[in-house]
Amino acid sequence: MTLSCDALAYGYGRHTVGSGVSLAVAPGEVACLLGPNGGGKTTLFKTLLGLLPAQGGSIRLGNDNLADLSRAEVARRVAYVPQAAGGYFPFHVREVVLMGRAAYLGAFAGPTPRDRQHAENALARLGIAHLADAQFTRISGGERQLVLLARALAQAAPIIVLDEPGANLDFGNQVRVLAVIRRLAVEGVGILWATHAPDHALACADRVALVARGGVKNYGATAEVVNADALSDLYGVAIEIRNLAGGDRRVCVAA
Amino acid sequence: MKSLAWGAAVVSLLALIALAFSIGSFAVAPADVLAILWSSIAGGAHAAPPNAEAVVLSIRGPRILAALLVGAALAGAGSAYQSVFRNPLVAPDILGVSSGAALGALLGIWFSLDPWSVHLLAFAGGLGAVALVYALAAAYRQHDPLLLLVLAGVVLGSLFAALIALIKVLADPFNQLPGMTYWLLGSLAAVTPDESLAILPAIGIGLGVLWLLRWRINVLSMGDEEARSLGVDTRRVRLAAIVAATLATAAAVSISGVIGWVGLVVPHLARMITGPDNSRLLPAACLLGAAFMLAVDTLARGWGQTELPLGVLTALIGTPLFLWLLATSRRGWQ
Repeated sequence: MTLSCDALAYGYGRHTVGSGVSLAVAPGEVACLLGPNGGGKTTLFKTLLGLLPAQGGSIRLGNDNLADLSRAEVARRVAYVPQAAGGYFPFHVREVVLMGRAAYLGAFAGPTPRDRQHAENALARLGIAHLADAQFTRISGGERQLVLLARALAQAAPIIVLDEPGANLDFGNQVRVLAVIRRLAVEGVGILWATHAPDHALACADRVALVARGGVKNYGATAEVVNADALSDLYGVAIEIRNLAGGDRRVCVAA
Repeated sequence: MKSLAWGAAVVSLLALIALAFSIGSFAVAPADVLAILWSSIAGGAHAAPPNAEAVVLSIRGPRILAALLVGAALAGAGSAYQSVFRNPLVAPDILGVSSGAALGALLGIWFSLDPWSVHLLAFAGGLGAVALVYALAAAYRQHDPLLLLVLAGVVLGSLFAALIALIKVLADPFNQLPGMTYWLLGSLAAVTPDESLAILPAIGIGLGVLWLLRWRINVLSMGDEEARSLGVDTRRVRLAAIVAATLATAAAVSISGVIGWVGLVVPHLARMITGPDNSRLLPAACLLGAAFMLAVDTLARGWGQTELPLGVLTALIGTPLFLWLLATSRRGWQ
């Protein structure tokens, strides 16, 4: 199942943030969105998820138009990891992860033992089973981000959209999330992922889209799209890309 | 341990009910109360005085039932409203159900209608006010739906308040105004057996639907966008929860008059005990609301010669309780 959009225009209300965007994320593929603050990455994501109405163009999930699908059908195909908010009520982490099963349950139904098993497995996969009984509102921002990722895993969708999952994470957790994303891709999940760190894209993205005001500037294989000139232009500061000594791993540094 | 706590809560409520039956200007011994109730359920004779039977069965019985139902309805609806609006300071009146019901009731009193018509007008007024608020908010699609609902509720609520004030000015100050004032302060003093049974279906259906939706409402309380991305049709779940909570509240208010605080403070207190999960919060709020309302109503009729208005008592008790809650704990929501 592929998430794709064609000639997409997106924005809030009458205000258009970007237009003419065509992207596709296939199973097992990691696509990364790079771009400055306020460049419209979150708006693009919300439009791709059907949370905001598209202003033009089309969005497809597999063979279906996004607009023709119910919320539950969309949620069974695409899971969303939003930027970690504080939460409103102090639910236990386990309950929050369980909510990832909502798309599989009827309006009057609650989670079954099988749903609970999905939630426990998701927590274990991210190594945060010890947080299960903690209050979601009391854990750190980084832990919350991992919990939301676990909730997306419990949702068991073939595509996962992550909005800057690394933004709140310490270095260790960033490395862990990167490893999880790689593993998910190997297992056949399609990943669409916005990040502030070009290094993350260099480390594990198959494709990269450069997003700025007005839409997607460039979209293609990582090696073709991510270069010093393009990044310098995108962020408005001088940037170089260097090879780490003794290997072919590329990193991004300020010039 | 958890079932023990629920058991203890139910037993305390039963004890409170027995106490409420025996307290009042005509004291009935608890043993006589039990004997009278038992003989009315199982048949057979009892040794209690005959006038005690009249007091227990036709005066206190309906009033106690009404207090339990009104308290459970207000607190249960309040807990659902607080989850749906993701705000622990929201009460069932936020969408105008109380002011709409008050407008309906006052119109009925103004036109000198019979008590049943006044109840019906109050019930219809409560439902109509929320329907109007919802329709108004739905007309503006591009904005945050929760904010619009609250704004529309506040705006129409103040319009209803103005109309209520107008009716009070125009009403006959001797024959109509006292009844209106009492209605606006809340009272169960005049509740008949038929009235307390009449609100049972609407409150039962309202709270029943909220109970069925309890897990969806949990997901909804994570926020509109998150709930939608998790596969919940938030507009429909929110509408269903609002309709169910409004049905229960309107039925309660239609016989009790306006009673504030219960729908705000009791769910808050319940959330401190059970946490935010509606599968525990909703029954806890209903139990606690029923007990609180019964205790307040018993106090209102038992403290002396004059009956105290319920709305006044709930505010007198609710305000310090609420301030204490704010000072001691935020566990329930943050």
